[in-house]
Amino acid sequence: MKTKGLDKKPRDIWSLMKIIIFVVILLSIVWPLSTIVFRSVTNKFGEFTFENFGKFFSHQYYFNVLENTMFVAGWTTVISVVLGVWIAYVLSRYDFKCKRILNMLIILSLMSPPFIGAYSWILLFGRSGWVTTAAYNWFGWTLPTIYGKWGIVSVFICKMFPYVYLFTSSALGSIDSSLEEAAENLGASKWRRMLSVTFPVVSPSILAGAVLVFMSAVSDFGTPMLIGENYKVLATLVYEQYMSEIGTSSNFASAVSMIVIALCAILLLAQKWYLNRKNYNMTCMRPPAPVKLSWGKRIVMLLPVLLVVLIALLPQIVVVVTSFKNCNGPYFVEGWSLNSYQMIFTRMVRAIKNTYSFSLIAIVFMVVIGSITAYITVRKRSFTTGVIDILLMIPYVIPGAVMGLALIIAFNRAPFYWAGTAIIMILCYTIRKIPYTVRSASGFLQQMELSVEEASINLGVSPGKTFFKITLPLMLPGVVSGAILSWIETINELSSSIMLYTGKTITMSVAIYNEVARNSFGTAAAMASILTLSAVIMLIVFNKVSKGRVSIV
Amino acid sequence: MSHTVSIREVIKKFGDFTAVDKISIEINQGEFFTLLGPSGCGKTTLLRAIAGFNKMDGGEIAFSGSVINNVPAHKRDIGMVFQNYAIFPHMTVKENIAYGLKAKKVPRPEIERRTEEALEMVQIAPLKDRKPSELSGGQQQRVALARAFVIEPRVLLMDEPLSNLDAKLRVQMRTTIKKLQRTLGITTIYVTHDQEEALAVSDRIAVMKDGHIMQVGSPEEVYRRPANRFVAGFIGTSNFIDCEAKTEGSETTLRISSDYGVKVKTKRPIDGPAVIAGRPEQLFFSDGEGIPGEITISTFLGDFVEYEILTESGQTLQLNEYTKDVGSVRPDGQKVHLRFDPKAISLIDPKTEEVISDFGG
Ligand SMILES: Nc1ncnc2c1ncn2[C@@H]1O[C@H](COP(=O)(O)OP(=O)(O)O)[C@@H](O)[C@H]1O
Ligand SMILES: [Mg+2]
Repeated sequence: MKTKGLDKKPRDIWSLMKIIIFVVILLSIVWPLSTIVFRSVTNKFGEFTFENFGKFFSHQYYFNVLENTMFVAGWTTVISVVLGVWIAYVLSRYDFKCKRILNMLIILSLMSPPFIGAYSWILLFGRSGWVTTAAYNWFGWTLPTIYGKWGIVSVFICKMFPYVYLFTSSALGSIDSSLEEAAENLGASKWRRMLSVTFPVVSPSILAGAVLVFMSAVSDFGTPMLIGENYKVLATLVYEQYMSEIGTSSNFASAVSMIVIALCAILLLAQKWYLNRKNYNMTCMRPPAPVKLSWGKRIVMLLPVLLVVLIALLPQIVVVVTSFKNCNGPYFVEGWSLNSYQMIFTRMVRAIKNTYSFSLIAIVFMVVIGSITAYITVRKRSFTTGVIDILLMIPYVIPGAVMGLALIIAFNRAPFYWAGTAIIMILCYTIRKIPYTVRSASGFLQQMELSVEEASINLGVSPGKTFFKITLPLMLPGVVSGAILSWIETINELSSSIMLYTGKTITMSVAIYNEVARNSFGTAAAMASILTLSAVIMLIVFNKVSKGRVSIV
Repeated sequence: MSHTVSIREVIKKFGDFTAVDKISIEINQGEFFTLLGPSGCGKTTLLRAIAGFNKMDGGEIAFSGSVINNVPAHKRDIGMVFQNYAIFPHMTVKENIAYGLKAKKVPRPEIERRTEEALEMVQIAPLKDRKPSELSGGQQQRVALARAFVIEPRVLLMDEPLSNLDAKLRVQMRTTIKKLQRTLGITTIYVTHDQEEALAVSDRIAVMKDGHIMQVGSPEEVYRRPANRFVAGFIGTSNFIDCEAKTEGSETTLRISSDYGVKVKTKRPIDGPAVIAGRPEQLFFSDGEGIPGEITISTFLGDFVEYEILTESGQTLQLNEYTKDVGSVRPDGQKVHLRFDPKAISLIDPKTEEVISDFGG
C-alpha cells in the first residue's frame, strides 16, 4: 500500500531561485568564457584552426613569456611559503602583545591595490629612486636594478605572502593541542614534533595558500607592466595582444588566455588530488595556548617578523607620505602640500566617482545574489547547487585580464552592446568578487544549526518568512563581512578594469596606473592613499562585524 | 483540544537505506508516548516525519482522524523541542517564547500574559531579558520547552531533550517535563535512547530497533513482559541463561543444570534449546538445588547489593539482593546455588528470538 508522491515537494521559491541563479551564471560566466574557447580555436574568418596555439608554441618569444611567468610565479610561491609559514608559526605559538596589530597590518598589505607595490619600489629603488640616488651620492654604491624579474618577484612576495600566512595561522589555530602533547609524551623532540605532527596537519592549508599565491602571481597584471619593463609575462601578453588586435578578432589573445586558464586548472586539480589523498579532519577542541617567552627571546623571534611586515607595508607608507609632497610634473620637490589631492579632485573626479558608484552597485548585486546563493548551496543542496558552487569560483581563479577579454568579446554584439559601458564593468566586478561574499555567508550558515530554522517553521512561521525573520538576521554578519572584502577587492581591481574601461568609465585603479605610466607620481599617490584609507576603514568595520569568524582568504 | 495521533505503515528511506520501515502506532489523546531505541534506529526520522520536516516514502499520519501528509510543517500546529534546543540566538528569552504566539497573530496583551505564565511554569521568569548565550544548558532547555508549549500545540514532540544535560539536571528536568505534560494534557511524543528515562516519564513506550517497532506497552509491561530478546536486553538488565525446554501437555519443563529444572507455561510448544531471560532481582540464592556457581565480585550499593556470579557452565550472571531483605553481604569467592521464580522469567525461543512465555493474560 504505497502512497508514493503524497508529500510531493512543493515548487517553492528556492527551486525558482536555483534556476534564476543558474541562468544568470550561464549568461555572465559560462557564455563569455565559451566565446574565448571558440575564438582560440578559430581564425579571424571563424574557421576552425589550431594556428593560434601553433603560433604560441613555435615562437621562441612567446615560449619565453611562458617560461618567465613560471619563473616569477614559482619563486614568488616558494619564498612566500617560507615567509608565511614562519610568521604564522611565530605569531600563533608565542605570546606577543602586538599580535592583533601585526595581523591587521599583514592583512592590509594583502588588501592594497596590486601595483602600488611596484610603483613605490620604483620610487625607492628605481633608476632615479631615493634610495638608489642616496646610496650613490653618499657611498658611491650602485644598487642592483629593481627592473625585471627579481623586481617583480620582490613586489609579489610582499603582497602575496599574507595568503600563506592567513591559511597557515588558521590551520595552526585549529590543531588540537592534545595531538602535539601526545607527540611530546611519546618523547618526540620539538623539531621532530613539528615535522611529523604539526606540519602534515597544516600542509593542506599551506598548499591552499601556495596555490593562491601562484595563481595571483600568474594573473597579476600591473606589477609586471610597471616594473618588468621588457620582461613579459602571460598576463601582460594577453593585454598587449588584445590591444594590438583591437578591431580584429582577438583570436591569439584568446589562445594565450586558454593557456593561462589551463595553467590555473592544472594547479587546482593537483591541489584537489593532494587533498583527497590526505584528509585530516580536525575538529578543534582546544587550540594550543601560546607560549610566553623571556624578553630576550621575544625580541629575537619578533624582530625579523617585524622587519618583513614593515617591508611589506613600505609601499603603502611611501604612497601615503608622497601623496603630501609637492610635485613639479614628474618630480617631487621640496615642501609639503595638498596639491596632489586638489589636482585629483579637480581633474580626476570622474575616476573617483566611478570607482565608488560602480563598486557600490556591484556590492548590492553581490549581497543579494550572494546571500541567496549561499543559502541554496548550503541548505538546498542538489546537483544544480553543486554546479553553481563550482561555476561561481571560475571568475575568481581566472586572471582578470582573461575575464575582461571574455566579457568584451561576449558583450560586444547583439543583443548586448555593453562594451565601454558601466554595465560591463559592474558585471565584471560582481562575478569576479562575489566569491568572498558567498563564502563568508555560507560559512556562517554552516555554523548555524538547521534546527533553528526548523524551530521557527514548527512554531507556525512559513519557510519564506522564516528566511527573513531567522536565517537572514543570523547570516547577516557573514554577508556583511564578505561584502566588505568583496568591496575592498573591487575598488582595487585593475587587471579586468584596464581591459574594459573607456574614458567615461575609468576607475581609480586604472587612473593610478595611467598616472604612474605618465610619471605623474603625486596624483597617483594621492589616489592610492584614498584607496588605502578606504580599505583600512572597511577592514576595521570588518573586524567589528566578523568577530574573527570569517577568514579573509 | 489535543489530538490522537495515528501513524500508519509509515516508510522513510534514505537512498536504498530504509530508516523507518512500515511503522504503525496509535497514540491516545493526552498520552505521554515515548519512542525508545538505540542510536540510529530511526526515532528522529519518525519524529521529523510527524513534524513535517521529512518527506515520507509511504504510509500516512493522521491527527484526530484527518490525514496530514499534505499539510506543510508550519501549519501542523505541533510544538517541538529539539535535541540542541535550537533557541533563536538573536532574540531574548522572552522574544523566543513569544515568537510562536506572534506568528499566530495572538493579541498583544494575551501574548504578554501567556509568555509570563510560560516563564513561570519553567521557572525562568528572572531570566526573561537575557540573550541565549548568557544561559546555561539547563536554562536553554527550559526556554525551548516553554517556547514549544506556550503556543498550546495539539501535539508536542521532544527529541532527546535531556541528552545534553548532566546526570543530575536530567533527573530534575524529566520530572519537570512529566508534571508539565500532566498539567497541560498535551499529547506528547518523546524520543530517547535512555531506557531509564523512558520508564520514568512515559505512559506508553514503543521500543524500536533498525526502523521497526519491537514492542509497544506501558513501562511496566515492557519491563516485566518483554516481547523478545532485544527488549529484554535493552530495557533494564537481563541475565540470559541457556536451558533445554520440552513441552509436555500444558506444561514446559526447563532443564538448566543437571539437578535444577523448573516448570513454566508457554504460548506454544517447544522442544530443544531455549533461553531464559531473568532480571537480577528475580534471581535468588538457594540453599538446596539451583544453578551452581561462585561469587566473583560483590558491590554494596546501599539499598541493594549487586553480585556477579560465574556459573559452572561458564556464564556470568548478575543478582541483586535488597539490603533490607538479608542480613549481611556474602564474601567474594563463596560457592553458591542460584534459582529463580518461574513465573517471573521470560522464555525465549532462540530461533525467532521471541518471548513465548504464557503470562496468563
Ligand atoms: N538525512 C539523512 N540521510 C541519510 N541517512 C540518514 C539521514 N538521516 C538519518 N539517516 C540514517 O537513518 C538512520 C536513523 O537515523 P535517526 O532517525 O537519526 O536515528 P535515531 O534518532 O534513532 O538515533 C540512521 O542510520 C541514520 O544514519
Ligand atoms: Mg536522534
